[in-house]
Amino acid sequence: MNALTNKVKQVNRKPLTFMERLYLPAIFKGMMITFSHIFKKKPTINYPEKQRPFSPVFRGLQILNRDEEGRENCTACGLCAVACPAEAITMEAAERMPGEEHLYKEEKYAAKYEINMLRCIFCGLCEEACPKDAIYLSETFTPADYQRKQFIYSKNDLLIPHPTENPEAYSKALGNRPKRETIN
Amino acid sequence: MSEEIKTIKITIDNITIDVEPGTTILHAARRIGGDVTPPAMCYYSKLEGSGGKCRTCLVEVAAGSTADPRPMPKLVASCRTNVMDGMVVKNITSEKVTDARNGVVEFLLLNHPLDCPVCDQAGECHLQDLGYEHGKASTRYQFARRTFKREDIGPYIQLHMTRCILCYRCTYVADQITDKRVHGIIDRGDHAAISTYISKAIDNDFSGNMIDVCPVGALTDKTFRFKNRVWFTKPVDAHRNCTTPGCCGKATLWLRGDEVFRVTARKDEWGEVKSFDGKTGWICNTCRFETKKTESWTIEGLSNISRHSVIGTNKYKTLEMPKETIKEVMHGVEPKLLMDIHSVSEVNNPTVHLSDLNRSAHSSDFKK
Repeated sequence: MNALTNKVKQVNRKPLTFMERLYLPAIFKGMMITFSHIFKKKPTINYPEKQRPFSPVFRGLQILNRDEEGRENCTACGLCAVACPAEAITMEAAERMPGEEHLYKEEKYAAKYEINMLRCIFCGLCEEACPKDAIYLSETFTPADYQRKQFIYSKNDLLIPHPTENPEAYSKALGNRPKRETIN
Repeated sequence: MSEEIKTIKITIDNITIDVEPGTTILHAARRIGGDVTPPAMCYYSKLEGSGGKCRTCLVEVAAGSTADPRPMPKLVASCRTNVMDGMVVKNITSEKVTDARNGVVEFLLLNHPLDCPVCDQAGECHLQDLGYEHGKASTRYQFARRTFKREDIGPYIQLHMTRCILCYRCTYVADQITDKRVHGIIDRGDHAAISTYISKAIDNDFSGNMIDVCPVGALTDKTFRFKNRVWFTKPVDAHRNCTTPGCCGKATLWLRGDEVFRVTARKDEWGEVKSFDGKTGWICNTCRFETKKTESWTIEGLSNISRHSVIGTNKYKTLEMPKETIKEVMHGVEPKLLMDIHSVSEVNNPTVHLSDLNRSAHSSDFKK
């Protein structure tokens, strides 16, 4: 019968030599390799204490953005929701009333905005669809939880901290993200 | 003798069709359909005298007629040019036409605010479609766009003059469908604006139809204002026995769940109000703005939405709900629900009825 591949290797059935029967040289050889790793650089880190930096293109937890004055960028145009392949995003829009100009950038805003993190696949299409630079995927991941209901993220969970009231948390949440140009 | 010459031949983009004398090039092209049809922003076949203003329907006439086969020296507006026997028209096959149309779109967008994320017309806006096909990504215009304050035309209609492209369709509606015209164009040139005289409210029974004829988001429904995006609502054809004389009672309901968010007249494939038995299917304001209960309507079925439209995305093909099979397979055991989304989510709350509001939702509506 012809071999199907040319990778067939004949098994060596010669009796062991004296050195091989001694067994110890092979043990020492293996131990040398094992112990040499003690002096090499460790590829792992002690996770909760040490953390690796995320790549700038990492697609993590969504953040709803504000402008420099702290007004919400989102106008509830629904493009993120229609672009979302997992249908994770839902929203309800409302009209800005006189006196709310410091809260919302445009005359329409998202009164309710929710992302179902159980459905989200972190593809980043919402960020790409957004015409107002209102949503982006940050360099953190969604924390684990014990209950399903904790994964329905509302506007409170998603909004970036206020840039003037809480500038430290704002710049931390903003990360190293380059500013995107909006079409206007 | 006259009966012998019943139809005349016209060739549009190498497709020949027989039409009656007196037909415009645009209508002949619509008879062929598809990509051959020039877009029209101001022309509306149901409104007498409309057309000739926006110049988006420009076509090249390569041969005037069999008798005089010289080409026309300039591009002509197809909505206002009648066909001649043996006429050869080039629309998408002509580079000159595409170039001119790109220029027209650039002009139309000069003063347009491009606030599509806020605008309620987005998704069914003709200017959006036109800009998508012919527009450039940027503008060469370096001056400030003209701005207007938004205006309430009567209790139901919102006018955003900044979005207006001055197609005059709404004034034709006021002239021809309502009995008394109380709004029109004031000022000239760059200052021209749609307005009512001294902000006179329009309380005519058919004034709502100017929302349907508006090709952009200049005239929008205040009862639907910011309620939802068009593509998240489900259009169904429905009718009711309307007692208003002149109202056809046949409409399209835009549903969210079982709630009627918006009522419009039925549109044909050209975005114009459909005709029924030779009569244009205008609907009255009672149907449009005040009948927002599903019980008041007899639903006929899903509206036919173009495959390429964003409105058709993520919709079931029929009105019937898909059958629940788990209970059947599990010998009558209901599936165990791990989480009721309404117990956690605040969006689409079944106890909050946005359709009951005859204005846009405010922050106070969501607090309760």
